[in-house]
Amino acid sequence: MEHDVLLKMVDITKTFPGVKALDGVNFELKRGTVHALMGENGAGKSTLMKCLFGIYNKDSGQIFLEGKEINFKSSKEALDNGVAMVHQELNQALKRSVMDNIWLGRYPKIGGIAVNERKMYHDTMAVFEELGINVDPHRIMSTMPVSQRQMVEIAKAVSYHSKVIVFDEPTSSLTEEEVEHLFRIINMLRDRGVGIIYISHKMAEIKRISDYITVMRDGQWVATEPADKLEMNDIIRLMVGRELTNQFPPKTNEPGEVYLKVEGITGMYNQLRNVSFEARRGEILGLAGLDSSGRTETLESIFGIRTRKDGKIFLDGKPCQNRSSHESIKNGFALLTEERRATGIFGVLSVKDNTVISSLKRHKRLGFYLSEKSQREDTQRYIDAMHTKTPTQETKIRSLSGGNQQKVIIGRWLLTEPEVLLLDEPTRGIDVGAKYEIYQLILDLANKGKTVLMVSSEMPELLGVCDRIIVMSGGRVAGEVDAANTTQEEIMTLAAKYV
Amino acid sequence: MTNPVDKLQRTAAEYKLMDAKDKRRYWTDGILNNALYILMAIFVVYTAIQKPNFLSLGSLANLLTQVAAYLPMALGIGGCIVLTGTDLSAGRVAGLTAAVAGVLLQKSDFANKMFTNLPQVTVGWILASMLIVVLIGAVIGLVNGFFVAKFSLHPFIVTLSTQLITYGIILWFFGLNGNNGQPISGLSREYKDFVGGELFRMGNTPIPMYALYAVVLTVLMWFIWNKTTFGKNMFAVGSNAEAARVSGVNVFMTTVLVHTLAGAMYGYSGFIEGVRSGSVAASTGLNAECDAIAACVIGGVSFVGGTGKISGIILGVLVLRIIFVALTMLGVDSSSLYIIKGAIILCACSLDMRKYLVKK
Repeated sequence: MEHDVLLKMVDITKTFPGVKALDGVNFELKRGTVHALMGENGAGKSTLMKCLFGIYNKDSGQIFLEGKEINFKSSKEALDNGVAMVHQELNQALKRSVMDNIWLGRYPKIGGIAVNERKMYHDTMAVFEELGINVDPHRIMSTMPVSQRQMVEIAKAVSYHSKVIVFDEPTSSLTEEEVEHLFRIINMLRDRGVGIIYISHKMAEIKRISDYITVMRDGQWVATEPADKLEMNDIIRLMVGRELTNQFPPKTNEPGEVYLKVEGITGMYNQLRNVSFEARRGEILGLAGLDSSGRTETLESIFGIRTRKDGKIFLDGKPCQNRSSHESIKNGFALLTEERRATGIFGVLSVKDNTVISSLKRHKRLGFYLSEKSQREDTQRYIDAMHTKTPTQETKIRSLSGGNQQKVIIGRWLLTEPEVLLLDEPTRGIDVGAKYEIYQLILDLANKGKTVLMVSSEMPELLGVCDRIIVMSGGRVAGEVDAANTTQEEIMTLAAKYV
Repeated sequence: MTNPVDKLQRTAAEYKLMDAKDKRRYWTDGILNNALYILMAIFVVYTAIQKPNFLSLGSLANLLTQVAAYLPMALGIGGCIVLTGTDLSAGRVAGLTAAVAGVLLQKSDFANKMFTNLPQVTVGWILASMLIVVLIGAVIGLVNGFFVAKFSLHPFIVTLSTQLITYGIILWFFGLNGNNGQPISGLSREYKDFVGGELFRMGNTPIPMYALYAVVLTVLMWFIWNKTTFGKNMFAVGSNAEAARVSGVNVFMTTVLVHTLAGAMYGYSGFIEGVRSGSVAASTGLNAECDAIAACVIGGVSFVGGTGKISGIILGVLVLRIIFVALTMLGVDSSSLYIIKGAIILCACSLDMRKYLVKK
C-alpha cells in the first residue's frame, strides 16, 4: 500500500539552559500508519511532541503538515488544524460533564448565545457510537475511571476530525481488556487514514500495534525502521547504545556492614507493593526504573512523607518508625527531592535561609534565639565546600542556576549530619560540569561511611556511580544487579518486567 | 558586609557600561520599585506647603501616637500574610477584647457597671485583665490556625467564619446583665492612665504610654520573626510549604502558632482601643483588619508568601497614617478619603506584584 507523508519534522533543535534537549531531529509520519516513538526517559520524545504542539518554542527546524509549513502557538491551534494529543496525564475539567469536556471552547450555540445542549449531546453520542464507547455524555468526569476518561479524550480528538493523533503512554493505566478496545479504536483510525504517533515503553504493545518505529536517544534521532524488521533486542540496543566515557569520578568507596534494611514496604495511597532491600554503610545503592515505577515513592515512604500501609524500616538492626520528615531527620535520614522547584527550594528566601532551615537547632543559643554568626559560618562553610556560585549569602536562591541551587540544598541536608541520604534525581537539570562535582560529593559521602540511596533516570549515571542497583517496575522490586557487571540491556529488561 | 561606598562605585561602573535602552530600564525600574515612597515624599511636601502646621511637633506627635495604636494589629496580621493567608477576624477580635477589658476595668462607683463584684482596679488587676484579653485573642487565633492547618481551608474562609462568630459573641456580651447593647463606658482612672497616661511630651502634645508598649511589641515581633526557629519556619512555610514539610518543619504547628500569635496581638489592640475611644461599643473594631492588611501590603509583606519585614510593616502603617492625617488637615471629606485609600492599596499591590512576576 502506498502512503503519503502526513507530518514531517525537519531538523528540530531545542536547547534548555545547559542541556541540548533536541539535536537536529527528523521525523516523518505517513498517512494511515501507526508510528511508535521510543527512547529512554529524557531521550527527547516528549520535548519533540511539545515542539509540535507549540508548548515549547523550537530553536530551529521546520514542521510540515500535508506539505504546508506550520508553527503552532498552542495545543488549541494544533487541535483546530487536526493535530491532537491524548496525554499521559489527562488535562480535563473534572467537575464538568463528558460532553462539556469534548466541546469545551467550541460549544455549539443557539442564536450565538445559548449553548445548544441537545446538539452537543447528539454529536457526542454520534462520536461514541462510531468508536464503540459506552459512556453517558452527561456523566461527570471525576466519577469515571481513568480508562474511560482517556476514551473521552480520544473521542475529543476524533470529533475535531484530527489527521494526526499522538498517544502518550496511553496504556499505562488500562486493563488488558481496555487495551484491546484501545487498539481496536487505533486500528480503525488508521484505516481511516489518520496518522498516529504512539509513545510507549511497552515493547510487546509496540511490536503489535505499530507499522514504523523511530528510536531516539539523548535528544537525537537514532533510527527509523518498519516495525517487523526490528526485534525487541534491537530496539533496546538502539535505545541505550552509547559509550560510557569518564564522566564519572573513580569509585573509591568500600561498602561495609548492612545499615539500612527495608522490609515489605507497601503504599497506602500509591502502587508500591512489598518493596524490600538492604543498603550498607559506605554503599551507593541505585534505584533504577521507568517513570512512575515507584522509585520516588520508595524514597518518600522511607522518609515518612508518604503513608505506608505496611512495611518496616531497620537502622543498624533496630526498627525505626519515620512517621514524619521531622522524625526521619532525627533518625539521621535526609531526602533530596526530585522536583527541586516544587519541594526543594524556598525561592524567595536567601541562600543562607535555604541552607540552615533543617538544622536550626545548631544555632540555638540560651534555648530560644538563633545566632546570626553561626548561621553565617555554616552557610559559608558549605558555599566553600561545594564551590557554590552565589554573589552573597543574602542572594535569593531562585536567582541561582539549577546546579547551584542543588548544591545549596545538598548543603542543607549535610548540615543535619545524616547517616542515610536519599537522593532523588540528584543531577536533574544540571549542566555536565556540575554533575561531575555532585558525583564526587556522593562518593565522598560514601567514603565517610554514609549510606546513599540514589534514584536516577539516567542509566549511565547509575552504572557509573552506584555499587548495586535495585531495578523497580510497576511499584515492585523487579531485580537487583551489580553495577560493575551489568548492562543497560539487563536493567531495561528488568524495568519492563511488571509494566 | 560590603562597604556602601564601594557598592555605589560598583553600581556607577556597571551603569556606565549599559546601553541606552538598559539605562532607560534602570531608571523606570528604579522609579516603579520605589514609586510609593516617591509619591509619599511629593505628597508630604505638598501638604507641608499648603498647611505648614502639618510638620509641627504637635502634628508629628499625633502621627506617632496613631502609628503606635495601629501597629500591633498589623504586626499580627503580617504573619498570616507571610503564610500567604489573611485574617478577617482581627477587627472583631479586637472589638470583643476591648469590651471584655472595658467591663473588667470599669470604675467601681460607676452606676452602670456591668459586673459589680469585680476586684478593685489595681496595677495587678490591670495586668491580669490584659493577660485575659490577650489570651481570648490567642484562643480565637488558635481556632483560626487549627482550621487552616488541619483542614487545609483557605484562611479567608476560616477567618470570615470566626469574624461572624466573634461578632455574635460581642452582641451576646453586650446584652449581658441587662446591658441591652449599651456602650461600655465609665472606664477606671487607673486603666486610662495605664494605657493612655502621659509618657513624655513632644512640644505641647503628650505621648501616651501605649507608644512605649508598641515599641516593646515591635522589638518582640522583630525578634520572633528574625531570631527564632519559629520565625524561620514561618518564612519557610510561607515560601514553599511542601519544601518546608520535606525539610522537617512542622507545618501544622507553625501555621497554628502564627495565627495564635496574631490573635494575641489583636487581643492587645482591643485592650488599648477602649481607652483610646473612651468607651466600647458593639461596633468597635469594625473593619480594623482592612487598615492592618493594607499597611502590611503597602510595606511589602507580599501575598506571594515568604517575604516581609517588620520595618516594612512599620512603614506601611506610617504611610497610611500620614495619608489619613494629611488629608484630614487638607480638609478632604471622608468619602474622598476612602477612595484615595483604596486607590493606594491597589497601586501598592500592583507595584509589589510587579517584583515577583517572572520577566520573559
